[in-house]
Amino acid sequence: MSEVRKGYIRPVDFKHGHVDMTHGGGGRAMAQLIDELFMKAFDNTWLRQANDQAAFDVGAGRMVMATDSHVVSPLFFPGGDIGCLSVHGTINDVAMSGAVPLYLAAGFILEEGFPLADLKRVVESMAAAARDANVPVVTGDTKVVEKGKGDGVFITTTGVGVVPAGIDISGDRARPGDRILVSGTIGDHGVAIMSLRENLTFETTIRSDTAALHGLVAAMIAAAPRIHCLRDPTRGGLATTLNELASQSGYGMVIAEKRIPMNGQVEAACEFLGLDPLYVANEGKLIAICAAEDADALLAAMRAHPLGRDAAIIGEVIDDPHHFVQMDTSFGGRRVVDWLTGEQLPRIC
Amino acid sequence: MKYIDEFRDGDLARGIASAIAREARPGRSYNLMEFCGGHTHAISRYGLKDLLPANVHMIHGPGCPVCVLPIGRIDNAIALAARPQLILCTYADTMRVPASKGTSLLKAKAQGADIRMVYSSADAIRIAQENPTREVVFFAIGFETTTPPTAVAIVQALELGLPNFSVFCNHVLTPSAISNILESKEVRELGTVPLDGFIGPAHVSTVIGSQPYEYFAEEYQRPVVIAGFEPLDVMQAILMLVRQLNDGRAEVENEFTRAVTRDGNAKAKALVAEVFELRRSFEWRGLGEVPYSALKIKQKYAAFDAEARYGITYVSVPDNKACECGAILRGIKKPTDCKVFGTVCTPENPIGSCMVSSEGACAAHYTYGRFKDVALVTAAPDQVLEVVR
Amino acid sequence: MCLAIPARVVDLPEPGVALVDVGGVQKRISLALVEDVACGDYVIVHVGYALTRLDPEEAQRTLDIFAQAGLTDQEAA
Repeated sequence: MSEVRKGYIRPVDFKHGHVDMTHGGGGRAMAQLIDELFMKAFDNTWLRQANDQAAFDVGAGRMVMATDSHVVSPLFFPGGDIGCLSVHGTINDVAMSGAVPLYLAAGFILEEGFPLADLKRVVESMAAAARDANVPVVTGDTKVVEKGKGDGVFITTTGVGVVPAGIDISGDRARPGDRILVSGTIGDHGVAIMSLRENLTFETTIRSDTAALHGLVAAMIAAAPRIHCLRDPTRGGLATTLNELASQSGYGMVIAEKRIPMNGQVEAACEFLGLDPLYVANEGKLIAICAAEDADALLAAMRAHPLGRDAAIIGEVIDDPHHFVQMDTSFGGRRVVDWLTGEQLPRIC
Repeated sequence: MKYIDEFRDGDLARGIASAIAREARPGRSYNLMEFCGGHTHAISRYGLKDLLPANVHMIHGPGCPVCVLPIGRIDNAIALAARPQLILCTYADTMRVPASKGTSLLKAKAQGADIRMVYSSADAIRIAQENPTREVVFFAIGFETTTPPTAVAIVQALELGLPNFSVFCNHVLTPSAISNILESKEVRELGTVPLDGFIGPAHVSTVIGSQPYEYFAEEYQRPVVIAGFEPLDVMQAILMLVRQLNDGRAEVENEFTRAVTRDGNAKAKALVAEVFELRRSFEWRGLGEVPYSALKIKQKYAAFDAEARYGITYVSVPDNKACECGAILRGIKKPTDCKVFGTVCTPENPIGSCMVSSEGACAAHYTYGRFKDVALVTAAPDQVLEVVR
Repeated sequence: MCLAIPARVVDLPEPGVALVDVGGVQKRISLALVEDVACGDYVIVHVGYALTRLDPEEAQRTLDIFAQAGLTDQEAA
């Protein structure tokens, strides 16, 4: 006769199991998933308290909060996945204010049928990213939607941080004469994702640049505390972000095409697919705008940091009632670089 | 990138630009049409207009296969995609073209139709092989450059025995479009659209060769210069056209000698002739019915012809009354002449096809050109940027 | 129309297929529309097919013509 061990609970089958509606039901199945996956991966004092919220002291200074939802497809790509992307993205949004990111919250919407093996991979990637960045995920939530109503998994992350006194970084602070800097090559992430789409694959692997930038930002602020603007050019690319900053600040910009750092492979992939790299997303780069006299020190600090090795000064803020972003092309003319319209798709024509 | 970067050299551009300025005779107007959408794109993206003297005018032609695809044919494609279990494979260019009732392939996809963007007709064949129980239709568009790849796919489908694969053929022909423009009232009789010469398409010509244009040069007495796609190619072609017009010549010249010969690609042409034949007439968005301007699949390959297989009937759908794409495609009007340009009709919300494709005249003007209508602030930060590094 | 780019053939893995390289990015394409392509050749690639070989001598000749155009009549003489 077989014996059933007392208190035995069958562990979650991460190898072959799938998300089902009970995982979002609030009952034992959900508790078990949270325990065996999320708690185990993120593991910190707040989560161990097993409350619905996390409590912490906040140091002096202004508090900064940012949130981001992540719906990327495919979920896994060279250089990263939706998990670490969601951690990096929110850490970066917080860091762009000059704040030191402190804590993260993560909400998951899981689609019924999503393989638990993939979920485990995503969560462990998130946990690793949070650990490497020293920004713990202290609270979270999980819901499940019916099959067909989600893309596998959607993740929303919210982050909080504190801005040290004396730091005032904001999109409206650019002034004529300021220099515009970019921390490295553009277009990597968007091309990596696009080239994974069915039927657009290359034999060459192009990697996403997803990274947490708060360490770089800290080094930059140490070298040039009076930085005016910081922003990461995610969706819509460099061009769209520059237009946002120009618009917010109420001035124009002129950049030089030949100064914009680009990975040769990303450039070539754009040629193949008919994409304009100025509009392609980045997930591990930032734009900085500072007074002319601070530019050299800022550039040096960026280049000294592993995430800023290819940093460059690409342009200048000018007085312009239209708030246009203009570019001196390598070809020798000047053209206006507009906001991205619609979504950039590959073309054959 | 070899054979790309060298043809984008700014110093050489200035040299050619000064030659054009020297040789274009004052008091004479040079009205040149670049037929091909890729050339429209190059002119816009590299700001070539800035490098031309005021009396050299570029007119955008209808060489954008997406722009000339009629609404009714997109409706047909959407209807195919709506069939249960059918997979529609398409180049990404067609996804956002506005069809009837505000739909598009992109919107149909959002509503659940299985529409897949492909880079190549070979991908459509692979999808058919991987999904033997599902019908797979390849939405074939394009001029003579893109037609041979479709021919290869159809022949392969026969050889591989792929009963679930078929092609919805919308291939169109360049010479017919050029004829249509030159035959239009405004050009031929009224002379209201001065058209002095053509920049011939680059990659179409690698397939068909330079020979087919000889008829136009002769019959209509207008020079044609076939040009590559890079900005230096376009500049050089403009210089060659200016010289021809000054000399009173009307010849076919080839600037794109590194890829185009007089006879073109015999193998590709033979394959196209094997699989396709001329349609008596085909509607072009903006141009109306154009005789002998498009291809259909031959009877021999009828098994792979989606029109035969699914009994597709074409219903012509007129453009929005406010849309001026027709006139713009023929070079009779400019984007700024259209009442809805930039207001109701934008790249986000395109009313007509000239705005959808990034090489359509309206999209090109919206993205690159409309700023010319405004006085730009000319600052010179270059000396500042030289300080660093 | 017809986005096509010059690419260098770096390998011929199977009949009718070439591995081409543009700026370090490699892609497999079909050779169904061309003949006698060898490694090291440059081809014009459109929607996954080589349309024709690119002639390196003609390419250089064209670049020389561009350079010529910039010279004035006196300089050219």
